[in-house]
Amino acid sequence: MTGVQILFYAFATMMVLSALMVITVRNPVRSALFLVLTFVSTSAVWLIMEAEFLAIVLVLVYVGAVMVLFLFVVMMLDVNTARLKEGFISYLPVGIGIAGLFGGMLTYLLYNMQASDVQTKMRSLYPPAPKPADFSNTEQLGEVLYTVYVYPFEIAAVILLVAMVAAIALTFRRRSNRKYQNPDEQVAVKRDDRVRVVKMDSEEKK
Amino acid sequence: MDWLIDQIQYWYMWAMPLSGIVSIMIPLFLAVAYTTWLERRVIGAMQVRIGPNIVGWKGLLQPIADVAKLAFKEIIIPSGANKILFLVAPVIMLISAFAAWAVIPFNAQLVLADVNAGLLYVLAVTSIGVYGVIIAGWASNSKYALLGAMRSAAQIVAYEIAMGFALVGVLLAAGSLNLGGIITAQQGEYGLLNWFWLPLLPLFLVYFISGVAETNRAPFDVAEGESEIVAGFHVEYSGMAFSVFFVAEYANILLISALASIMFMGGWLSPFDGLLSQSTMAIPILGYILDNGMHWFFAKIFFFVFMFLWFRATFPRYRYDQIMRLGWKVFIPITIVWILVVGFMVLGQLSPWWGATI
Repeated sequence: MTGVQILFYAFATMMVLSALMVITVRNPVRSALFLVLTFVSTSAVWLIMEAEFLAIVLVLVYVGAVMVLFLFVVMMLDVNTARLKEGFISYLPVGIGIAGLFGGMLTYLLYNMQASDVQTKMRSLYPPAPKPADFSNTEQLGEVLYTVYVYPFEIAAVILLVAMVAAIALTFRRRSNRKYQNPDEQVAVKRDDRVRVVKMDSEEKK
Repeated sequence: MDWLIDQIQYWYMWAMPLSGIVSIMIPLFLAVAYTTWLERRVIGAMQVRIGPNIVGWKGLLQPIADVAKLAFKEIIIPSGANKILFLVAPVIMLISAFAAWAVIPFNAQLVLADVNAGLLYVLAVTSIGVYGVIIAGWASNSKYALLGAMRSAAQIVAYEIAMGFALVGVLLAAGSLNLGGIITAQQGEYGLLNWFWLPLLPLFLVYFISGVAETNRAPFDVAEGESEIVAGFHVEYSGMAFSVFFVAEYANILLISALASIMFMGGWLSPFDGLLSQSTMAIPILGYILDNGMHWFFAKIFFFVFMFLWFRATFPRYRYDQIMRLGWKVFIPITIVWILVVGFMVLGQLSPWWGATI
């Protein structure tokens, strides 16, 4: 086994185990932390496959931003773990069914090597030949994303923006009794707004 | 014999990066230790005090005495705390603060990992540091620690966006994600006027202020404002576990300073590069000082670290809602507008920063 293979198996095992822990651990905060570990090991596996842009962006977006906000919510909620466990048995058959379906599809793909077109497809599953050191994954992705796939890319961006605006619009309540502070006014404040000099005669001592 | 050569090559392959890591880590630890000394001396001078001056000449052994003291203190683990996570949290912060140094170019040749997505790597690795804060707050099993963690994590996440946008401007201007490439993109015939701080001035300011907020330093230090609240997310920590948080914080200060000097101040480029002729650079000692090199990089880092200390001694603390307003409503719009401006400047090949060949 080469060093890369050892790394691959280490990270792949970690990924699968931590993914299992996500659904079996009782505490929701721990579960979220295991999801973070799953993302990190996935990113390591992608890095081994020379998809460095995707790997780094996975850490940057999912680990660095999405899961942080997720943890915020989970920490603030008082989740009743007993209630969460309740439906486990009744949902189990459906879960096993879906897992079996995906497992079957994978095994079919991996072992059905008779047809020649599947064989060519299989080749694409092999690790790609190593690229030269100055090959920039980011540049390649950017070139495709902003030329061939520019419309899907832009549309996806707009959909995300709309979703964000909608989420804020739905939950935002302007409270009437809130005390605001207007920095523009604060900066533009003049002496006359704050200080009033009262002219008066000095009092005489009686 | 072949087997032996293979073995030697194999171990050499592992030993080279290891020696590189060690030769970055040890100076970094020393720099962190002496940044604490510098901070106390500089702020002392600014507040007309003396600062530490007893241990060693000018108090130079003070950091070592501090480490020795903290190392012998007991690490108290609160009852009901999640022991593993409680101890892992400071380590996560330390890892993220130190791992980013792998891609920092110290001069034209000296860089541990010359990866082509270096800027993205730095962003990704530093974004992991938030977990140290959140996990520390949660695992302490304390209301104060949890609320402190919420405050500082929200602040870090908010300013990370502005910071990321500022870096998008840099990558647009340099046309490269490699940190060495970003530095060479700033090379030109006008020396320090060729650096990106001038065309990207708003982004530079936003980046550096966000960096101050990101490291939870004054005036954004609501997470651990000494005069107001106890300590924020690390109230329950003591001894070495506590000091690891501070090692991470100072390592982050150094990192932000290093990144600011790489991306806006030309990294290891000399401010006289291109202005002075090649013959000046050939003068034995003076030429070496004036020429590009590591010493300029360290001088720039020192300048930015000094700015951090200066800010702390100068500005009054922001209120929490003011911090949020500044991050979301001021910095993010500024960066978005200036990214557009940079786009047009690059398209228009505005000289001397773009267009002219080096």
